[in-house]
Amino acid sequence: MSEIADKVKKIVVEHLGVEESKVTPEASFIDDLGADSLDTVELVMAFEEAFNVEIPEDAAEKIATVKDAIDYIEAQKKAA
Amino acid sequence: MLQSAGSDLGRRRVVVTGMGMVTPLGLGTEHVWKRLIAGESGIDRIHAFDPSELAAHVAGEVPEGPTAEGKLTVSDWIPVKDQKKMDRFIHLGMIAAAEAVEDSGWKPESEEDRCATGVMIGSGIGGLQTIYEASITVYEGKARRLSPFFIPSALTNLVSGNVSIRYGFKGPNHSAVTACATGVHAIGDAARLIMLGDADVMVAGGAEATVCKLGIAGFCSARALSTSFNETPQRASRPWDRDRDGFVMGEGAGIVVLEEYEHAKARGAKIYGEIVGYGMSGDAHHITAPAEGHEGAYRAMNSALKSAGVTPGDVGYVNAHGTSTMADDLELVAVERLFGDDAGKLAMSSTKSAIGHLLGAAGAVEAMFSMLAIRDNVVPPTLNLDNPSRESAIDRVAHHAQERNVKVALSNSFGFGGTNASIVVRGV
Repeated sequence: MSEIADKVKKIVVEHLGVEESKVTPEASFIDDLGADSLDTVELVMAFEEAFNVEIPEDAAEKIATVKDAIDYIEAQKKAA
Repeated sequence: MLQSAGSDLGRRRVVVTGMGMVTPLGLGTEHVWKRLIAGESGIDRIHAFDPSELAAHVAGEVPEGPTAEGKLTVSDWIPVKDQKKMDRFIHLGMIAAAEAVEDSGWKPESEEDRCATGVMIGSGIGGLQTIYEASITVYEGKARRLSPFFIPSALTNLVSGNVSIRYGFKGPNHSAVTACATGVHAIGDAARLIMLGDADVMVAGGAEATVCKLGIAGFCSARALSTSFNETPQRASRPWDRDRDGFVMGEGAGIVVLEEYEHAKARGAKIYGEIVGYGMSGDAHHITAPAEGHEGAYRAMNSALKSAGVTPGDVGYVNAHGTSTMADDLELVAVERLFGDDAGKLAMSSTKSAIGHLLGAAGAVEAMFSMLAIRDNVVPPTLNLDNPSRESAIDRVAHHAQERNVKVALSNSFGFGGTNASIVVRGV
């Protein structure tokens, strides 16, 4: 697993208070990990802070799973 | 068509079937009550922050430690991931509510019962520390990084909201905000909701957590806090004593489960006592100082006794607002005026001498102390009352608790803005 994926997973575990084993790439923040809409806003902010990237609102709305987050951040990092 | 006013009013009786308390004397109603009666104090040098640049260095903070020892471990009550969504006043309120709900044994299963169960938990100030921290984030140019939980963490009515969510109580969801009178207003108003039929059960009370730099600094600037006893914290809160020089801030929460009498009886609930009277008034005088002779307090007490249908001679104990400020003697004068020749039979104490002033939680905790005084026939002491600044026929229970046969008790709370509330309780 990439460094980015590891870090994303860690942030999710920390913010949502879930077991690490549940944070699979396919896991949906809301449907599988018990997050509500405010939790996802906070998660996106935590990603922005940790990876020093800007995630605009329309992009943030499309980040529903752990994999979505990893893919978006990896793409941003590649483009930079 | 409207029914004739008053036809059913006052018929529904309201009793207390659960109690929960988080105070500077610890967690748990019986634990706190035992320590209070033993004459212990929960006042100490402030731990939450370094107070040295401020004039006041002492406060009553909820002791941290193992739950089994009656101390505070928030994680035992609220999952870590949820804690950051709530200011400390919500933590304390949720914990006191958990005790009260558990104590009452009321677990509504049907939708009808859930909808007949409401919540009315107030706070004098709300999430002050949360607002302070969020302001710093904005000041540092990080407004976009403000937590999405900032607003729901700071809002005063969010103890009521969170409690309703945790237990599924779908009845009236309300919150009183009347500074230091909040606790009494919350319980009194909630009792009236039950009397009027809006609910059968109400979880009611107050929660406060303002022992933070912004809170202490603000009350310091208002010249409201004690500053002469920084080296001897347990002597700082001294209602009616000639050396008193301001109140001592406390934090905590007091929550009761109020229930319609027949409803409580039908399910065989334990009943602590009955809320029999409630009176309110406004001073229309000054934002922080009471009016001459504390006539607003007099009217609130008088109206509470009237609504209870009792006379001053029936009242054996008054839990005074008694904050350890100059206003103590004004309240005393108002009580003397109300009780007249019966003053000599009365016991009145200020439990703020032991736990400090819990602002919006004070009235709720003190109403519970009044009810426990009736249950156990013992009245809690006024600590540090060494030399009263004013002599009185009223026994102010200096230093030590007293055994007293109390049938009816009155509890007073007065707040900035000139708001006054009194509540009358008795055994069932």
